[in-house]
Amino acid sequence: MPDQLLFGMEVFLNGLMAGVLYALVALGFVLIYKASGVFNYAQGVMALFAALTLVGIMEGQVPFAHLINATLGTEIHHFGWHLPGIVAILLTMGVMVLLAWAVNHFVMRHLVNQEPIILFMATIGLAYFMEGFGDLMWGSDIKKLDVGLPQGMSTVIDEVTYGWFGYGFFIDNLDIVATVIAALLVVALTIFSQYSKQGRALRAVADDHQAALSVGISLKFIWVLVWSIAGFVALVAGIMWGTKSGVQFSLSLIALKALPVLMLGGFTSIPGAIVGGLIIGVGEKLFEFIVGPMVGGATENWFAYVLALLFLVFRPQGLFGEKIIERV
Amino acid sequence: MKLKLITAAVAAVMAAGPALADLTFPSLSYRTGPYAANGIPFADGYADYFTLLNERDGGIGGVKTELLECETGYNTEKGVECYESTKGAGSLVYQPLSTGITYQLIPKATADGVPVHSMGYGRTSAKNGAVFHNIFNYPANYWDAASIAIKHLLDENGGDLKGKKIALVYHNSAYGKEPIRTLEELSKKHGYELRLLAVDHPGQEQKSQWLQIRRERPDYVIMWGWGVMNQVAIQEAVNIRFPMENFIGIWWSGSENDVLPAGEGADGYKSLTFHNVGKDFPLFGDIQKYVVDAGKAAGAGDQIGTVLYNRGLYAAMLAAEAAKTAQAIHGVKDITPAMMRDGMEALEMTEAKMAGLGLPGFGPEFSVSCENHGGNGFGAVVQWDAKAHKWGLITDFFQSDQDVLGPLVAEDSSAFAAENGITAGCN
Repeated sequence: MPDQLLFGMEVFLNGLMAGVLYALVALGFVLIYKASGVFNYAQGVMALFAALTLVGIMEGQVPFAHLINATLGTEIHHFGWHLPGIVAILLTMGVMVLLAWAVNHFVMRHLVNQEPIILFMATIGLAYFMEGFGDLMWGSDIKKLDVGLPQGMSTVIDEVTYGWFGYGFFIDNLDIVATVIAALLVVALTIFSQYSKQGRALRAVADDHQAALSVGISLKFIWVLVWSIAGFVALVAGIMWGTKSGVQFSLSLIALKALPVLMLGGFTSIPGAIVGGLIIGVGEKLFEFIVGPMVGGATENWFAYVLALLFLVFRPQGLFGEKIIERV
Repeated sequence: MKLKLITAAVAAVMAAGPALADLTFPSLSYRTGPYAANGIPFADGYADYFTLLNERDGGIGGVKTELLECETGYNTEKGVECYESTKGAGSLVYQPLSTGITYQLIPKATADGVPVHSMGYGRTSAKNGAVFHNIFNYPANYWDAASIAIKHLLDENGGDLKGKKIALVYHNSAYGKEPIRTLEELSKKHGYELRLLAVDHPGQEQKSQWLQIRRERPDYVIMWGWGVMNQVAIQEAVNIRFPMENFIGIWWSGSENDVLPAGEGADGYKSLTFHNVGKDFPLFGDIQKYVVDAGKAAGAGDQIGTVLYNRGLYAAMLAAEAAKTAQAIHGVKDITPAMMRDGMEALEMTEAKMAGLGLPGFGPEFSVSCENHGGNGFGAVVQWDAKAHKWGLITDFFQSDQDVLGPLVAEDSSAFAAENGITAGCN
């Protein structure tokens, strides 16, 4: 088999894996948009906040230590424990539920039936608040995150593909884990959304807040629930991206990678987020592989948006988005 | 009543502002935002050195120093706002801590007569002081760095790089593209093959670039990265099992922040530097005694001895030495920004001077002149020991290839002078 074809196949597979990581971020946006019609600008910061909290809890870091020490003249930094990853993840999930409650209690419930742009602006404010709050709570140093996920080249795939083609493909073990987790997440979320009482209530709220309230659905409960689920998805995305680069404030920028995925897959479809992620991942990687060397490289960021815009021209609601017709 | 109000307002302004007799050093820091992890240690080192001078020596030449810290968030607009809001306080020298802010301040500071010190960043051709009267970039610049990396590889290969493949993984920005011209010129001279691999900002996803490196198997990789790009690049290099001792980063890709997330895999990674590492210097004893123990350490006091803390401390030390030189030249203690500029232009850093300050071997020896605002272009290589969590200097400070760089600096600075109607010259 020609070398370029083999390399292209390797790039294709890695594009799929990268796409899954983008989709993980996009999923959080979709969940909140589906339930409340809110484009949650703070989703990237939620992933950062979740990852910061996870590392902090795992390493026994005292939250707000700098503030406490500066105010009280103390020198406390650590509780002195190191928790297993799974325990820390559960405790972090508790914090994310608390955050969801706080977002609903202090922000969203005051904005019921407001224009979508007002809700969007509120999430911008929330993003900046959470970034500063996370900084104050856990500090801004770059933290290593190790919850026991395998990382580095998959030797099995390398050896198997070498046996087949005489060239071993590189696939990151972390990407394989991310793919499995994303698949499980989508299945779980789809089942929840389609078949559970809360899932159906969630969809009713998404259609019309007032109508849902009139049939006895608790808006407060549904919003806390959906922000909690989005918090969980943010935690998963934070773990994956944080394991790759360390937990740091640039993590919030991963939201930029989710936008073209949402444009392509649609804002209201969970499978759309996954398929959109895969198309963007593969598209940008193959474009960089084939065209990148001719134009100086670094094409991935802008090409993802070009690809999304191309899809928008032919299907404005995205591949899987709901077509909304508003009659005047 | 109106007079009382005006008097009260004037009194309040005088009370809030620094005492007129203080030597004012602004600190354009970034303790917040995506790059805060790098901004905090630098700002702490810069602040602690001036605190030490005040506490131990009563300031510089008997005049207390005043640090005006202004948060830029590594944002160019905010950086310019910081400059505008602090220049009226008699600020002696600006360290913009960002190439973007430096470019904005070059015309402003020149017009205002305030010196700028862009140490290891900014516009490389500012080395030509005959064109850039108020801009200094000693002790080394990006083009020096590119040359130092190649010289190090020459040393490792018995002086011969013919047929070797070197890849440059760079941040796709003006900063990241800085070394390309130098590396291209040096490739003509030394016969290596240069491969350019751009990474889009912020650099969280670099799979394409590292798959390419895995396919093409360059002998060495040089990196011009910043922020998250560094950590991801080092992790990806570990993932593809690239030999870390053949991977060299610019000095902005060589702090603890960059290597710690990759854990043991980062062992052996190299970086360039223009100052020493660690805290095994007598001055750090004084920092502990007069600053930390006195409860006057900047920030949380937990950055002392890290690479970027040392860089901030080194920047402050050079500023203080230039201020001393200015005091000696002009025979006054309360120097002005114009006098500070003269002090910077006459600065001479010798080993004896650094040893006297409690920092023996901390940086290269260099001297500044009107024609040369960039020092002598000396740098060194450090290597990461992942087990010990320590950087170690593995070479002496050595000089970049001035034969190649001299004409490049002359060409670029002449173009700048022509564009801006500047008549180059030294009075």
